[in-house]
Amino acid sequence: MLDQLPQFLITGVTVGSIYALVGLGFAIIYNASDVVNFAQGEFVMIGAMMAISLLTAGAPFLIALVLAAVCTVAVGLALEKFAVEPARGASVVTLIIITIGASILLRGIALLVWGKNFHAMPHFSGETPLHLGSATLLPQNLWVMGGTAVLVIAVRWFFGRTSVGKALLACSCNPTAAQLMGINVRRMLLLAYGLSALLGAVAGMLVAPITFTSYDAGVMLGLKGFSAAILGGMGNSMGAVAGGLLLGILESLGAGFVSSGYKDAIAFVVILLVLFFKPSGLFGRGSSERV
Amino acid sequence: MKTRIGLFAFALGAAMLATGGVHAGDTIKIGTFLSVTGPASFLGDPELRTLQMYVEELNAGGGILGKKLELVHYDTAGQAKEAVTFVKRLIQNDGVDVIVGGSSTGDTMAAIPEVEKAEIPLISLAGGVEIVEPVKKWVFKTPHTDRMAAIRIFEDMKKRGIRKLALITGDGGFDKSGRKQVLELAPKYGLEVVADESYGNKDTDMTTQLTKIRATDAQAILNFGFGAAPAIVTRNVRQLGIALPVYQSHGVASKKFIEMAGEAAEGVRLPAAALVVAEQLPATDPQKKVLLDYKTKFEAKHGEVSTFGGHAYDGLLIAVEAIKRAKGTDKAKVRDEIERTKGLVGTAGVFNMTAEDHMGLSVDAFKLLEVRKGSWVIID
Repeated sequence: MLDQLPQFLITGVTVGSIYALVGLGFAIIYNASDVVNFAQGEFVMIGAMMAISLLTAGAPFLIALVLAAVCTVAVGLALEKFAVEPARGASVVTLIIITIGASILLRGIALLVWGKNFHAMPHFSGETPLHLGSATLLPQNLWVMGGTAVLVIAVRWFFGRTSVGKALLACSCNPTAAQLMGINVRRMLLLAYGLSALLGAVAGMLVAPITFTSYDAGVMLGLKGFSAAILGGMGNSMGAVAGGLLLGILESLGAGFVSSGYKDAIAFVVILLVLFFKPSGLFGRGSSERV
Repeated sequence: MKTRIGLFAFALGAAMLATGGVHAGDTIKIGTFLSVTGPASFLGDPELRTLQMYVEELNAGGGILGKKLELVHYDTAGQAKEAVTFVKRLIQNDGVDVIVGGSSTGDTMAAIPEVEKAEIPLISLAGGVEIVEPVKKWVFKTPHTDRMAAIRIFEDMKKRGIRKLALITGDGGFDKSGRKQVLELAPKYGLEVVADESYGNKDTDMTTQLTKIRATDAQAILNFGFGAAPAIVTRNVRQLGIALPVYQSHGVASKKFIEMAGEAAEGVRLPAAALVVAEQLPATDPQKKVLLDYKTKFEAKHGEVSTFGGHAYDGLLIAVEAIKRAKGTDKAKVRDEIERTKGLVGTAGVFNMTAEDHMGLSVDAFKLLEVRKGSWVIID
């Protein structure tokens, strides 16, 4: 039983890395505007679909990935500009409902453009499995884990060390005060959506070779990423990452040691327990602090 | 000016009412309710296109019994609740003569009470055995069942000397029904199911479940499912270095599966309808002509053919032939004639219905295929 543990952990960390990236996207927009952007999963899907389309059209690998990321960021910016910004001043709930609507619209457009079929993306560097003790993993697993690590560190650096990142955080703490300090809150919000879309697109492209993608692939990933963000504490970027990894490992261990049929249930029960004892999530700020 | 527009609108409305009011008598009405949108759209979409295409073709050839056919369609979006409403509407408002439809087993089962109450023949396009077992007087179906798929797989396992198998299935209706059949039938074929794992159909990685299977003494892996998940399972099996033979179900019998699973698909065996390998059938096969005809026609209009559309072709054909033999649309007579369908060559196989068998296909309607060099090869 225990000799299977490394394999379970590798699976858990790979899946968890993706949840973490999606969760991070949720956290960034939540940080900037208190809005949960339910179109986050669609960013993941669009990134992967765009990359696959460009690759089939004959674009060189790297260029296809970069272009797909740029297109997805454009979608994210458009979402902010044309759907969220006109509703400025509306309550947070209204804005959240707008993002739900946007996610349905994006899914519908994807259905029309790419059809109902599943699409496969070539692996970044071959499909020869690597052996690690009793466990095997694909080079793509390493890409997923490595890519996630790089992005997480970059995001951390952005928020902690750059003035733009700090300005973005300031908007979340107190938009009015931030505006008075000369920060362009509207531009910051645009930046947050662009950044989230970028994270989503990269997550989509990293994972598409392993999981395939289809027009509705964003629904489940969005849900899992949202759970990750909640588990880690909404509004805490690194919490979302930890939450994602934890969720992935929980699912994998649950399936491995208990029952694969109850895999999701086990993960969600743990989330419920955490929220029961610590409503703001594992690493969340207490809500009183926000007042 | 205003009054003139008002008058015009009134006239238009009256004209529309008048055309809407013209009732049957000069047309034969085929009713259908399919999941054209929603999660089961991959079933309903090709089914509806097929029905529309052939109704058009029959009408261009003068219709049947001197009457034109009229297709009345409602989209259930995969909701059984909607299916009941639409079937009621088909029967009461549209006054259809026969119903060909129900894309999924859930939709069909929900509609059956209405159909039995109204005593109107229903030919379902869904896979579940429970539609025709036990036999219901007014209900028929055209697709193969998952039990036939399981039997076909078990026969092949026996030939290969496999005694222990590991089962892995998804959490969809198709998967669960297949799992039930496998667990029920395996002992009859002297097979022991040593692992029974499951995954979510939207899951992205099944290595955990397969690692558990690797630790058992299974001699083969059987995966019952459809969509992207079976392709992921197949890839994960090879990734983990598991050398056991892999069996898939008819749920993935399309080029898309080979494309998605890539090299990992090599050697995978599965039962599939003959439509998938129409070109490879020997010229003596009675189905070959029907299959190639359907395939060419469908692909000329709508892109790659699917076995699901084929089920709709079979259903319409059975209904039309029965109406011709009954020389009219008397519901009881048409029902009797559907039950008397003999030697009718469809896309799913040769239909021989009886009072005890309202599907009429034998197990060998499924071909056993193996993936070799990225293509299907018929091995049995």
